[in-house]
Amino acid sequence: MSNEPLVEMRGIDKRFGGVHAVEGADLDLAAGEVVGVLGHNGAGKSTLMRALSGAEPCDGGTIRIAGERVRIDSPLRARELGVETLYQQLALVDELDAVGNLFLGRELRSRFGWLDEDAMEAAARDVLTRLNPRFHQLREPVRRLSGGQRSAIAIARAVAFEARVLILDEPTAALGPGEKQLVAEVIEALRCEGMGILLVSHDLHDVMDVATRVVVMRGGHIVGGGPTAEWTHDQIVRLIVGGDLHHQGETET
Amino acid sequence: MNDRAPVRGLRALELDPSVVGIGCALLGVAVYFELASDGVFLTPRNLSNLAIQSSVVGIMAAGMVLVIGSRQIDLAVGSIVGVTGMTAAVMQVEWLPADAAWGWPLASASALAVGVAIGLWQGYWIAFRGVPAFIVTLAGLLIFRGLAYLWTDGRTVAPLHPAFERLGGGIDGSIGAGWSSLLGLAAVLVLAAATWRRRRHRQQHGIPARPPWAEFVRLAAATAGIAGFVAVMNAYTLPRSEVPRGIPIPVLFLLGTALSVHLLASRTRLGRHAFALGSNPEATLLAGVRVRRVTLRVFALMGGLAGLAGVLTSARLGAGASSMGTLAELSVIAAAVIGGTSLRGGSGSVAGALLGAVFMQSLENGMVLLGVSSALRQVCIGLVLLLAVWIDSATRARRQP
Repeated sequence: MSNEPLVEMRGIDKRFGGVHAVEGADLDLAAGEVVGVLGHNGAGKSTLMRALSGAEPCDGGTIRIAGERVRIDSPLRARELGVETLYQQLALVDELDAVGNLFLGRELRSRFGWLDEDAMEAAARDVLTRLNPRFHQLREPVRRLSGGQRSAIAIARAVAFEARVLILDEPTAALGPGEKQLVAEVIEALRCEGMGILLVSHDLHDVMDVATRVVVMRGGHIVGGGPTAEWTHDQIVRLIVGGDLHHQGETET
Repeated sequence: MNDRAPVRGLRALELDPSVVGIGCALLGVAVYFELASDGVFLTPRNLSNLAIQSSVVGIMAAGMVLVIGSRQIDLAVGSIVGVTGMTAAVMQVEWLPADAAWGWPLASASALAVGVAIGLWQGYWIAFRGVPAFIVTLAGLLIFRGLAYLWTDGRTVAPLHPAFERLGGGIDGSIGAGWSSLLGLAAVLVLAAATWRRRRHRQQHGIPARPPWAEFVRLAAATAGIAGFVAVMNAYTLPRSEVPRGIPIPVLFLLGTALSVHLLASRTRLGRHAFALGSNPEATLLAGVRVRRVTLRVFALMGGLAGLAGVLTSARLGAGASSMGTLAELSVIAAAVIGGTSLRGGSGSVAGALLGAVFMQSLENGMVLLGVSSALRQVCIGLVLLLAVWIDSATRARRQP
């Protein structure tokens, strides 16, 4: 793995009207690294991630991917650059089936530009049964599928296209224990393959288990962070809440 | 799950429930009017007329499936018919030399181009300027109807080129028995070949195909339908002669359009993305779909189809009149919705919209045969629309867990 960071975000700014949601945030991510991004709701962590995923382009600052300066102005651009995102609400299209959702935006086509449904179905079956051997409902509209099956589709979409960077935005919020375990396993496997992973969460336990490094945000700023091994639970909580541990600490984790 | 043999069998046929629903309703209406009209409704003559009358609405309803399917609406299609029909008429009568053989084809192509341009205009305001489609196309309804009137100060433009008038399906506006039969045969062969290819392709990818008997039943039903249609169209003869008319030209346009838009909706990225956009706009954007471009293209397509409808309308009328297509948007939207297109977006069927157009036109046609006054016809059609959409949304709610 090279020493050059996979992602370099410098001085990222994002305003919503008069509110500075993110101000001057710097973030690095290396290949084979899982960085946990922690903070309260409203600390700016999701906003920072949405700047990288193209969902809400940033107002200021620079982003480099593999050393190359890029402008991420749409989700399409982010995906082209190898940045995939697993959204908290899964972002599935209810009326489409698993195959349609998995390939949405990057459909396989045969000659003359027709959708190659059979090739997509075969590939989707491969990916999905690897994640969940009991997944057979490839052609049902996803609104008829269970929460676990839906998250399997969303996970499959985030990992199936050989991305370099994976953003997991509160991935466990919508998941049951079984899927949480699955996500943890998938993260570990992808990390070993050299993917860079950003894990956004307000649940400290989730992050400490899988992250190699943590970054803490508060009030739109990055206020600290470092290798997970060097931090205790309490130190991170103090950083998240801003020192006033006794007043707010119990309500956090 | 209910897995008795007949249920399993029906499922293997993979019929679209909303298409089956509208098909049954159509059958019921046909039987009723046939009995009530003492056997006039189902004569070849009336069915040929019905097919021609359904063409204009059916062509636009096919496009409306994609518009409504992507959670938009186009209220301007009737006015686009007016403006594009006027384009076709004014160009061949006043702008181009009257005796030129290329006059009417150029005029028709220009009408289509005007339709596409109007579609792009509306799509631009909706996709890139964020004005709701309801408002943009309501404005379009007024703007383009007004322009159609202003163009000639409301004067009707005639006479049109005889070759152009054939497009509307008059006395010379059919393709004859020979071509009709040949076309029907070709359609059956293409369908059989496509079924065969599809089976082989699925097997290559290790995907279970339909049971052979289900393929056979589907193919047999389609063959019977095509053969029956051609036979009826061939049974209608020219006046005071035994010469069969065959399939009317506007009906060919309708069938060609329906097939093309069906393939576009179900087998291309544009169709896939349009329905995805209707089902969940945010997720579709996050997946990396260029959603604005999808909206723009859907409206351009709708405009083009309204342009084709404008050409056929002026050809049938034999003149350009600024009132052409007035209130057509209502029949078009009704046809699409009765045919199973969800007003919440996300799903729709071109086959259903086609049947929906025939259904709407059957009501109109049948009630005219029975001598129902135009005011009462409006009341009835309004009530049927209400009922049909209620039945659809009630059964749709039940189909969802």
